[in-house]
Formats: sequence, structure tokens, C-alpha cells
Amino acid sequence: MTFLPKPKLHHPLLATNALGLTRRDYEGAISTLCAGCGHDSISAAIVQACFELELPPHRIAKLSGIGCSSKTPTYFLGAAHGFNSVHGRMPSVLTGANLANRDLVYLGVSGDGDSASIGLGQFAHSIRRGVNMTYIVENNGVYGLTKGQFSATSDKGSKAKKGTINTDEPIDLVAMALQLGATFVGRSFSGDKTQLVPLIKAALLHPSAAFIDCISPCVAFNNHEGSTKSFDFVRAHNEAVNRLDVIVGRDRIEAEYEPGTAVDVTQHDGTVLRLRKLHPEHDPTDRVSAMNYLQERKAAGEIVTGLIFLDPDPADLHDHLGTSADPLNAMGDADLCPGAAMLERVNAAYR
Amino acid sequence: MKVTELRSPDHFHKVVDCQHACPAHTPVPEYIRLIAAGRYTDAYMVNWRSNVFPGILGRTCDRPCEPACRRGRVEEEPVAICRLKRVAADHKDDIRGRLPPPAEQRNGRRIACIGGGPASLTVARDLAPLGYEVVVFDDNAKAGGMIRTQIPRFRLPEEVIDEEVGYVLGLGVATRLNRRVDSLKAVLDEGFDAVFVGTGAPRGRDLDIPGRQEAAANIHIGIEWLSSVSFGHIKRVGRRVVVLGGGNTAMDCCRSARRLGGEEVTVVVRSGFDEMKASPWEKEDAMHEGIPILNFMVPKAFTHEGGKLTGVVFEKVAPQRDAEGRRQLLPTGEADVHIPCDDVLVAIGQENAFPWIERDIGLEFGRNGLPKLDATTHQSTLPRVFFGGDAAFGPKNIIWAVAHGHEAAVSIDLFCRGEDPRLRPPPETSLVSQKMGIHEWSYDNDVSIDLRFKVPMRAPEVALKDIHTEVELGFSLDTALREAERCLNCDVQTVFAPKLCIECDACADICPVDCITFTEDGEEAELRTRLRAPAINKQQDLYIGEGLKTGRVMVKDEDVCLHCGMCAERCPTGAWDMQKFLLETAKPRAHACSRV
Ligand SMILES: Cc1cc2nc3c(=O)[nH]c(=O)nc-3n(C[C@H](O)[C@H](O)[C@H](O)COP(=O)(O)OP(=O)(O)OC[C@H]3O[C@@H](n4cnc5c(N)ncnc54)[C@H](O)[C@@H]3O)c2cc1C
Ligand SMILES: Cc1ncc(C[n+]2csc(CCOP(=O)(O)OP(=O)(O)O)c2C)c(N)n1
Ligand code: SF4
Ligand code: SF4
Ligand code: SF4
Ligand SMILES: [Mg+2]
Repeated sequence: MTFLPKPKLHHPLLATNALGLTRRDYEGAISTLCAGCGHDSISAAIVQACFELELPPHRIAKLSGIGCSSKTPTYFLGAAHGFNSVHGRMPSVLTGANLANRDLVYLGVSGDGDSASIGLGQFAHSIRRGVNMTYIVENNGVYGLTKGQFSATSDKGSKAKKGTINTDEPIDLVAMALQLGATFVGRSFSGDKTQLVPLIKAALLHPSAAFIDCISPCVAFNNHEGSTKSFDFVRAHNEAVNRLDVIVGRDRIEAEYEPGTAVDVTQHDGTVLRLRKLHPEHDPTDRVSAMNYLQERKAAGEIVTGLIFLDPDPADLHDHLGTSADPLNAMGDADLCPGAAMLERVNAAYR
Repeated sequence: MKVTELRSPDHFHKVVDCQHACPAHTPVPEYIRLIAAGRYTDAYMVNWRSNVFPGILGRTCDRPCEPACRRGRVEEEPVAICRLKRVAADHKDDIRGRLPPPAEQRNGRRIACIGGGPASLTVARDLAPLGYEVVVFDDNAKAGGMIRTQIPRFRLPEEVIDEEVGYVLGLGVATRLNRRVDSLKAVLDEGFDAVFVGTGAPRGRDLDIPGRQEAAANIHIGIEWLSSVSFGHIKRVGRRVVVLGGGNTAMDCCRSARRLGGEEVTVVVRSGFDEMKASPWEKEDAMHEGIPILNFMVPKAFTHEGGKLTGVVFEKVAPQRDAEGRRQLLPTGEADVHIPCDDVLVAIGQENAFPWIERDIGLEFGRNGLPKLDATTHQSTLPRVFFGGDAAFGPKNIIWAVAHGHEAAVSIDLFCRGEDPRLRPPPETSLVSQKMGIHEWSYDNDVSIDLRFKVPMRAPEVALKDIHTEVELGFSLDTALREAERCLNCDVQTVFAPKLCIECDACADICPVDCITFTEDGEEAELRTRLRAPAINKQQDLYIGEGLKTGRVMVKDEDVCLHCGMCAERCPTGAWDMQKFLLETAKPRAHACSRV
């Protein structure tokens, strides 16, 4: 834990993006998490992704629940909007905010306890509704903030710091997200930013529910021998299915790949996601095969990471509901309060 | 790439940019911290041990440390290292009790130091407390060399010279003053065990152009004129003065002239403004006193009337590349310029001269007129004779003279013990953890964002009235504290223990200047291109740690590290630690100042 703020001085060659901002301008307050916490690396990856995408920080809304993971929005994007909800309720607050103003970029940050235990229902419904958001679970297999109890994502047979063995079946949030109809599903590891940063960028650009399960070791309570969420275990069992390049508008990368080894998926907004396949039998655009592949590799003891499933042309909650494109805060009184006659007409429609 | 070797002090020594650049390797951050803590006497003694003349150097040093200072690379300007030294000197208590006592017993060896400048005085200071009988010879009435005879009083008050020269002579050093040495052979014949020659570069270059003879009465050689001013032989100068030359002597000449009745003083230089030898701050100070500096003008002739100087004619030149690409100053073809004046001061360089050294005693000279010396030991071809200061390798400055003095003292000590002066003793070093708690260090790791503070100056109206009035006032203690806090503590090193590292990235993520990268190993040139921030400053080393679980290496670019300790604070396993590296150059065997 650090008391002093991070020094303002930066590298003399620190790059600026099209907005004239440096990566440092996307940082937040100094972290109060334990030194070495995987969550801090995810914050750094979010900072990097938003800088590279040249997002204006004040057009981002970051929302979270309760937990060490849910504390992290304080430590990145200091200039963004933020909401720290009660435990497990981030998805409904985010859904409400998104319905009121679809012009912001929504980033939901949660933990495995926050999303797989108390907030499991909230998680499920926000995904199946197709809320346009990036939903990141910082998954350490424990309740870090309350001192290391097993969480619902903890693997059966994995050992707690004091020696207890977990006897419950784990919830695989990636499998659930696939089953619930998420149109972007990825998994990554806090210790691999080359994989994580492009994944977050692609998720932020995705126009519907994008879910990332990011394994993030808890150095205080779950980084020991016998844990399946430790740095060593994840490094030893990590199987990346692909590598992702996010190619936005002008910065086209003209790299050559062996035919069949790279797929370009063009998004609705023109962004190209270039997937360099590492496992030829995995097809990221076929939900059923992705689900099968995931189960198969899991049975083989591997942790599958990368962009696992992608629907390049998804619809979102606003499309489903046919809601107004204008945010509520941009509407006048007449539109917001159309009056008794209109209410009468609406009511009549239900009679 | 080769793993960084930490058993030798080289890597960490180089990280302390200021200390590394200081010829005497003064532990700069160590004394700056002491100043910040209000421990001025301790700060003074740290300096005194390394550079012998803290009060003098705190006003006059050429400060090679400052262009090297890391702060200049991460912000705009370096720490005011030199002027902080003066703060220690101005605010210390009586230090006499902390000086080494005169040797209780003589060791029977006699050393002659010819010339009483900083080089000789350093040799005397290092050797006298060890029991050597040191005799300093100088042709002036007081020791000090050019510090006393050349540097004008408005930059360096005489009391400061008296005080610091006094500390050295008080160590039981004998002097033979007011007498020029005319024969080295005669000195050797007195049976000295070793002789140190620190006679400086006493001759000012002349300018042999038409009119030189005819107008001689009003044409003065800069360094001779300055010493006459210093001794009070010259008290006035003409109303209009032209100073020829662009070095520090020219700056002292013009500023002195302004104080002795020169109302229109002009400096005229052959080269461009940026190529002038004078330090930037000396040029600034001169211009601040209303002295214009004219560049790219070559003196062609002195004009005179009835045996009296009337002015100088200059040809205008411009820099051009010749066929081989060499830069040359060629005439522009524009009309010559005549600058009328009453006096000319010629400050176009200094030369060494050794007419008093016999050429048949085995002491060889090179073609440049300088003695042939071993560059490290300063020993001449006559084994008993050593050189240092301006007399050794040509004119430099005070801090180089001091550094030479230390090296020569080590050599003389080894020589007198019958040992080989080329086998140099290593410096004394230590590396000590500064950790006090999880986020507590025994140094102030908060990085100040203050810009460099300016030293207050006396108003020109007052300063120009009297040549003895010191023009710089020195930092106030409040400003000194804030300036001291700009120092980044580069001696508090980031020390990495690969065995403890779990590669969690916490250090790389937190580092405010993107110093740290975990990556695949490679050749240095290629490695430098794929770090978190480009490592383009090849003067600065990469710190490589290997033995990580993933087989990668930890690469730290030392270039712009703020020594903020954030990496060590965020490290969950203590793989990073902040450790203070202290290096003191070797002094003659029994530590000269062991009581300090
Ligand atoms: C005008 C001017 C301004 C300067 N300003 C600065 C400055 O601001 N900062 C800085 O760092 N440096 C400055 N310097 C340079 C600095 O003064 C010298 O580099 C330094 O003093 C050299 O020290 P030294 O011990 O080698 O010899 P010196 O200081 O030159 O001392 C040599 C002494 O030996 C005496 N001597 C010579 N021959 C004999 C002999 N045969 N017998 C007896 N005695 C003899 C000389 O009279 C003199 O006293 C300046 C120089 C000049 C000319
Ligand atoms: C309604 C409610 N129930 C229980 C808690 C206690 N509590 C705080 S954090 C936490 C678990 C957090 O776990 P996770 O989301 O995995 O976050 P981590 O700290 O591991 O990052 C719990 C149960 C609470 N704050 N509020
Ligand atoms: S308890 Fe665990 S999850 Fe929480 S900050 Fe510490 S390391 Fe991170
Ligand atoms: S910042 Fe301080 S320690 Fe670092 S080079 Fe400058 S003066 Fe020396
Ligand atoms: S001390 Fe550590 S964190 Fe601070 S600048 Fe240096 S390497 Fe970076
Ligand atoms: Mg958790």
C-alpha cells in the first residue's frame, strides 16, 4: 500500500494520442490494494486500452459493486463518471444508466464474489438483455476484501491458504456468458497484458454485451501452492486460443500471415479484429463450437484464454426496446413529460 | 545481454549522475539530503572530505555535475547543486573541531608542493595529517593560487579564501611564500622524497596584430590585468573597454571593468554565442550587467593616434563547412567594423610555461609543452616528481585541480611506501537498504515538482559600485530547502533480486517513467527498441536481472528513473529494494580525515 501519490513527472518521450492526452492522463488515484494484486495490472491494462482507443475519459462511465476488484475504478480513469453500487448490484445500476444515456461508454468492473455469488442473477440478466457494456470480472477465486474465503469460481479441490479444500463445483462465468447469449466473450490473465489490452479494446468497441473473465491472482490469500488461481498455476495451464489485434481506422497493420492462420472480423463500425489463430480447431464466430471447445479443453485441465466467441453484428438492449437515441438528459420537458393526454393514450393501449 | 554485475561498484556509481560527473566524485545527494535536514555542518564536511574548498566551489565551481544531473532529463533544469554547496558553507557552525588534528608523529618523509593553488593544497591536506612534512612554495604573499589572484572578489570574497586555505595550512603544512622557484633541480637537491608540481598555467596568450606595439599602454593581457586588480595595483579603467575572447576569463574581465569605471564595455568573440567557452551562467551574468556580447568578429588591428589606443578593427566572419566538412570561420565580405575604445583586455587563452624546470634532469616534456605523465598516477618520467592541476594537462578548473591533487596524493603515498603507484586502492563503497516500513523509507521519496530556484542577486546599481561587493546573495534557507527537495536521491538505488520476483507486473505498472520491462532477452541494441519506453539515451545503462521463472529478463532503463521507490513499495515480495549507495574515492592509506 502506498501513501504517496504517483509522481507527476513522466517519461520525456511519453506519447500523446489524437486527443493530446498521454497514458498518464487516463490514470486515477494511487491504488490502495495489496502490493502485487492482479487487479492493479487489470487497471493498468484498462488505462492502456482507453489511451490507445483515444476515448475521451469524460465520456466513459465506470461502475462496480463491492470487493477489492470493485474498488479499482478509483485507480483508473480519474476523469470518468463513476458509480460504486452495493454488493452484486453493478449490472442493474449500469443497465439503468445505459438506458438513460446510451452515449457514454459503459465499463462494469466486478469480482468473482460480486458476480458469481451475490450478484449472479444480476450478471445473468444484464448479459441476456444485451446491455451495451464491457463487463470485466477480476477473478481471483476468493473474496479478497473479506480475507480470502472461497468464492463460487474457486475450483473443486483447490486449496485455501490455511489448507481447507474446496468441495463445491465452480461456476464458469465464461460458459454462462456464452449460454446466456453474450455477443463477445473472452478470458484473459492479469499477468499477460499483450493479450489483455487488445481484448479490452475490442470489448470497449463492441456494441453490445461484452464479457471478459480475467484471472487475477490475489497475492494476499490465493497465490500459494494448491491454488488454481495463482500466478504459477495460471502460467502453467494457460492455453491462448488466439492473439488479437484491434485495427482502428487509420492504423492498418499490413502484416502477412499464412493462409488460414489469421481471420479478419470486420465490426459494424469498420474496426477490424484480426485474430491470429493458435488453435486451428477453435472457431470464435460459432457459439456452439466455442462452447464445446471450452468444455473439452477444460476437461483436459487447460485454462482457455483469448477471444472465445464473437458475434460481429449484434443488437443491443436499445435495439430490442426501440428506445430513443437521445439521452434523457438531452431531452426537453415536453418530451420527458408528454402530459396527461399522452398518458391516457399509453394506458389505453393496454386496455 | 550481459547481466548487470553488482559486485563491482561501476553500475551504481554511474547511476549517481552528479557524483559520477564530479571530477572529485563528491557524494552530492548525500550532502543535499543533509542540507534538507538542516545539518549544514555535516553537509559541509561531506564536501570538505571530497573537494576541500566547499565555500569557494559553492561560488565558483564549473559544475560539471549540473549538466549531468538527472533532473535535467526528467524536468527542465538540473538541481542547483553548486549553490546548495554554498548554503552548507554559509550556514555551518565552527568546523575546526572536526578537522583532522596535525599528525602526532612525523613519518620522516618530506614533500614539496610547488605552487600554492588548489592542486597543491589538496595534496598537502591529504598528506600532512598522515605525518608527511609538506612544504608549499608560492611566489605570492598568500597561498591560494589563481583562486586568489584571478577570480574577482565580487564572485568570491577574500574571507572565504582565507578561511578554507587556512584550514589546510592549519594541518601543520609549512609554506615558503613570496619566492619564485627558479630551479626544480635546486628543490630536488634539498632532499625531498617527492615533489608535486602545481604551478598552474600562468601565461596569458597575447594577440600579435597591427597596432599592438604602438598602443601597448592601453592593451592588457587579461589574467595579468585581473591579478593587478586583485592586488589593488589597478583601480581604474577607461570609459570604453573592449574585451577580446569568449571564455570565463573574458567574462571576469568585462565584469571587473564595469566596476572600475568602464561604462561602455563590449565583449567581442570570434566564435558564435553558443560555442563560447564561458559557462552559460557567466554569460548571463555579464549580459545582466549591461555588457553586450558580439559574435563572429575577428580582431584585425588596433587603431591608435599619437601613441594612444583609439579602437579595434574587426572582420566579420561566418561559420562554413570546407571541402572535408570541417567547420571554419570565413570572412563574410561585409565591411569591417571599428569599435572605438580606451582600453583593450585580451582574454584569448592561457598557456603553460615551465622555464624553471631544467630539461636535463630526466623530466621529459611532450610536443605540446606539457610534461609527459601517467594519466592515472600523475607521475612524470622523473619518478619522484608528480604533476597536477592546470600544470598537468593544461588549464581546466578548480575542481579538476582538486581531483588531481587527491590522485597525486595517493600516488605519492604509495611511492613513498615503495609500492607501485599504478596499483590503485579501490574506492570505499557501501550499499544499505533504506526500508523502514511497508511504505516508509529513510529518505524522502516524495518527488518535488518545483522548477529550479534562482539565486538572488544584488541589484546591478549596488553591485557595480564596488568590486569587492559580492554580487550573488546565496539561497535563503527556505529556498535552499525547496531546491534541495528537487534532488531525486539518485544514490538510493533500485536493487532487484530476481529470485524473489513473481512477475506480477506491479513495478512495471506503477513506475511513473516506464523504466521497467519484463521481456525476452536480446542483444542490447535490439533490446533497447522494445522496452515500455524507448531507451534512446545510450549514455545510460540498462540494468538486467535474470533468473525469472518465465525465463524472461527484467530490464530497467536507468536513464530517467526518479528513485521514487514506487516499484519497491508495490512489490509484494521485496524483490525490489531501495538501497543507498555511498562511494568515496580512495584517499592515501590512513584516511586523511578519519575524525570527520
Ligand atoms: C580569470 C580566471 C577566472 C577563473 N575562474 C574560475 C572559476 O570561476 N571556477 C573555476 O573552477 N576555475 C576558474 N579558473 C581556473 C582556476 O583558477 C584554475 O584552473 C585553478 O586555479 C588551477 O589550480 P592549480 O592548483 O593548478 O594552479 P593555480 O591556481 O594556477 O596556482 C598555481 C600557483 O603557483 C604559482 N607559481 C607558478 N609558478 C611558480 C613558480 N615557479 N614558483 C612559485 N610559485 C609558482 C602561481 O603564482 C600560483 O599561485 C579561472 C581562471 C582564470 C584565469
Ligand atoms: C450485501 C453485502 N454482503 C456481503 C458483503 C461482504 N463482502 C464484501 S466484499 C465481499 C466479496 C468480494 O469478493 P469479490 O467480488 O471476489 O472481490 P475481491 O475482493 O476478491 O476482488 C463480500 C462478501 C457486503 N459488503 N455486502
Ligand atoms: S486481498 Fe487480494 S484481491 Fe484484495 S487487494 Fe489484496 S491481493 Fe488484491
Ligand atoms: S537529481 Fe540529485 S542525485 Fe540526481 S543527479 Fe541531480 S543532484 Fe545528483
Ligand atoms: S524508483 Fe522504481 S518506480 Fe520510481 S522511477 Fe525508478 S524504477 Fe520507476
Ligand atoms: Mg474475488
